[in-house]
Amino acid sequence: MLPAQGSHFAGEVDFIYMGLFWLSVVLFLGITGMAVWCCIRFRYKPGRATPHITHNTVLEIVWSVLPLVLCIAIFFWGVDGFMKFSVAPGDALEIQVTAKKWLWQFEYPDGSRTINDLHIPVNKPVRFIMTSEDVLHDFFVPTMRVKNDIIPNRYTEVWFTPTVLGPHHVTCAEYCGKGHSDMQAKLTVETDAEFKKFLETGGTEWEDYRGKPAEWGKLQWDRKGCATCHSLDGKRGQGPSWKGIWGKKEKLQDGSEVLVDENYVRESMMLPQAKIVAGFDPIMPTFQGLLREHEIQGLIAFIKSLGDNPGGGPPAPTTLSLPEPSKQESKK
Amino acid sequence: MEHALTTGKIVADKPRPAKNYLNETSGIWSWMTTVDHKRLGIMYLVGVLSAFLVGGIFALLIRLSLLTPSHTLFGKQLLTAEAYNKVFTLHGVIMVFLFIIPSVPAALGNFCLPLMLGAKDVAFPRLNLASFYLWLTGAIMAITSMVLGGVDTGWTFYTPYSTSTGGTVGLMTMSVFVLGFSSIFTGINFVSTVHKLRAPGMGWFEMPLFVWGIYATGVIQVLATPVIGITMVLLLLERVFLIGIFDPRIGGDPVLFQHFFWFYSHPAVYIMILPGMAIISEIIPTFSRKTMFGYRAIAYSSVGLALLGFVVWGHHMFVAGQSQLATVIFSFLTFLVAIPSGVKVFNWLSTMYKGNISLETPMCYAVSFLLLFAIGGLTGIFLGTLSVDVHLTDTYFVVAHFHYVMMGGTVIAFIGGLHYWWPKMTGRMYNETWGRIACSLVFIGFNMTFLTQFILGSRGMPRRYANYLDQFQPLHAFSTVGSWVLGLGLFITAGYLLASLRKPMDAPDNPWGGTTLEWKTSSPPITHNFEEQPVLERAPYDYRPEVTHV
Repeated sequence: MLPAQGSHFAGEVDFIYMGLFWLSVVLFLGITGMAVWCCIRFRYKPGRATPHITHNTVLEIVWSVLPLVLCIAIFFWGVDGFMKFSVAPGDALEIQVTAKKWLWQFEYPDGSRTINDLHIPVNKPVRFIMTSEDVLHDFFVPTMRVKNDIIPNRYTEVWFTPTVLGPHHVTCAEYCGKGHSDMQAKLTVETDAEFKKFLETGGTEWEDYRGKPAEWGKLQWDRKGCATCHSLDGKRGQGPSWKGIWGKKEKLQDGSEVLVDENYVRESMMLPQAKIVAGFDPIMPTFQGLLREHEIQGLIAFIKSLGDNPGGGPPAPTTLSLPEPSKQESKK
Repeated sequence: MEHALTTGKIVADKPRPAKNYLNETSGIWSWMTTVDHKRLGIMYLVGVLSAFLVGGIFALLIRLSLLTPSHTLFGKQLLTAEAYNKVFTLHGVIMVFLFIIPSVPAALGNFCLPLMLGAKDVAFPRLNLASFYLWLTGAIMAITSMVLGGVDTGWTFYTPYSTSTGGTVGLMTMSVFVLGFSSIFTGINFVSTVHKLRAPGMGWFEMPLFVWGIYATGVIQVLATPVIGITMVLLLLERVFLIGIFDPRIGGDPVLFQHFFWFYSHPAVYIMILPGMAIISEIIPTFSRKTMFGYRAIAYSSVGLALLGFVVWGHHMFVAGQSQLATVIFSFLTFLVAIPSGVKVFNWLSTMYKGNISLETPMCYAVSFLLLFAIGGLTGIFLGTLSVDVHLTDTYFVVAHFHYVMMGGTVIAFIGGLHYWWPKMTGRMYNETWGRIACSLVFIGFNMTFLTQFILGSRGMPRRYANYLDQFQPLHAFSTVGSWVLGLGLFITAGYLLASLRKPMDAPDNPWGGTTLEWKTSSPPITHNFEEQPVLERAPYDYRPEVTHV
């Protein structure tokens, strides 16, 4: 009757559910049995008189108080479980969920993002901090027995500890219009090692931009903070504007010149102090270890696309690729 | 005509009155300007049954399109997702606002209440007529809204979807506003009538229990309905003038809308179910030929439910963003609802115990009600239990639960009441055999349709889905077949009831041996209800053979 159990909540919820189920079966059979028995046992016979029983105070008190006691017990039983739903442990992995018509966007602590594809490690508490960009949605994972509405301009949350590896299903449970029933995401519960590897590649969002590296780069310009210092319209900021910079010979502080090509851009991100353009302060932090290969590729392609001659100049990546697998991992 | 199980053929012992409320005046104008509560009851009956037909066709369409996961039938797409969303919205809006809310009070209540009180009419007959025209206006607005493009918000009109979607949401919400006033007028009228127009000798605890139910309903109608009116106006202000009330983009709060909406719509659940329970409280003693067990407990539980109904609205919002403390409190209050509901069921069963029970069609519906309402009530406990509700809310489990209460409860009681008072209203008997066959089909079809949906919901099938995962298909298909059986049962019912009008089989004044005052007048009643002012000599449901004065 219930879906497979996927989280540590499921056992308890299902226990209460089945308890209520059998209680209901007993009560229903009691009511039905009594009604049917009366219809047969006391079926109509012409002229038979019926007793004039107006009430029975003791009986009526009993059948008011007993259900009340039972109901209060069930209430506390339900509250007990609900309290556990409500408070996530402090060390839970936090994932930001943004719902919009009609897709799910997941953002991981390191900034990796995925669309409609959620990965979490097994046996670790995960806390989802959720908001909506448009109307109400609802994050519902049947196998985990969790659900909560997602509201624009406000954060709601859900947490659980997945216990079963493999694919699960996230589904929208608050009506949101035309695509409501198609608003689904795949949830993959994986081992720690698999999850770590998933994060290293930065999720799966970049794959959608495989053929459009410049667009991917523009997203990184915004997300990674490049936009704070580097404008796109030629305006001077803390650092040089990226407009028309590709393929130019920049004058450096020591008087030498450098060609803005793939190597120079890459070096400026990893070792920003190496070659400072004349007139600017050496204030840029290094992005070593903060940018993934496909993000660097995207940024280079984006800067090229801002050049005076977008197609020309030195070559830049025309596609995105995964980082080279490190030697340790390939050994595994 | 065979009535082997029961009292035998029911025949009129005297001719029906030559002049009665149906033929005393004639012509369409005499009906349109009537202030006779019985005629208004009939007009309401025709109105709400038409709404039931339209809402029912939408229901069959919903089930048909859910027969297969991508709503295809023989390779053709039946409904697009947009069309599906409009169809389930219209099903909900029509069934709730145009059918169920006015069904028992405005149609059967209008007809029976003054008769049961021994009164000539309701307290404010013109207000009664105004109420009907408001209902008609609301219905026309709703139909216009449907024709002009329809609404896809769900009957709950949740913001910010309802403030941002297209369609004729404005007109539909104004229709709900107008229908609300119709409901308020009916409530005011019935509360006043019960207070002021009881027959001599009829104290509060000599009133039929139907009157108690309608009275409690009237109180809720008057107190709760204004809130939905205000909410609909605020929604319209937001949609038209962009005043930020509910939409967060312009500074509003979408959860506030849900509080406002359910502050009315939960009491409205009791506007719907209390009159249904009230009908059952009439049918069961009559067909058990035994006095009502625990009359006062039933009367008090009606009032208790009406009051409790005001403080449990938050149980619609356990996972909707209200505070956890509020959720826990609302869960507790919700459990209290189980007590008066249980008390009623136990009282009805005790009334049947040692009775002299015959199973004519109204009693078949009453027994159906007992079983279906029991399922509706017991599954309510699942939804009140917080940790279980988190999994079940917003799934088909909820859909099944409220259909068991609204359809299995109120609508089944309404149809039972319609059969119970049909001889009084029309002066004609219907075909009893067909009545029982249809009742069985309705019972079986209903359970096929909705029992499966409890399983669907438990397995995680969310509600309001135009499309679904393949794994749910067998249960959906079974549910759809059930809806056809249910539809067939209702179709047969309409057939033999209408046939009873064409092929006269006159009804006696008191075909079932009822003890309340409406059976003391002719069938159909004369325009002024009684030849002379009836005086209550016996408490209702007193089946002792000797005459006992109270």
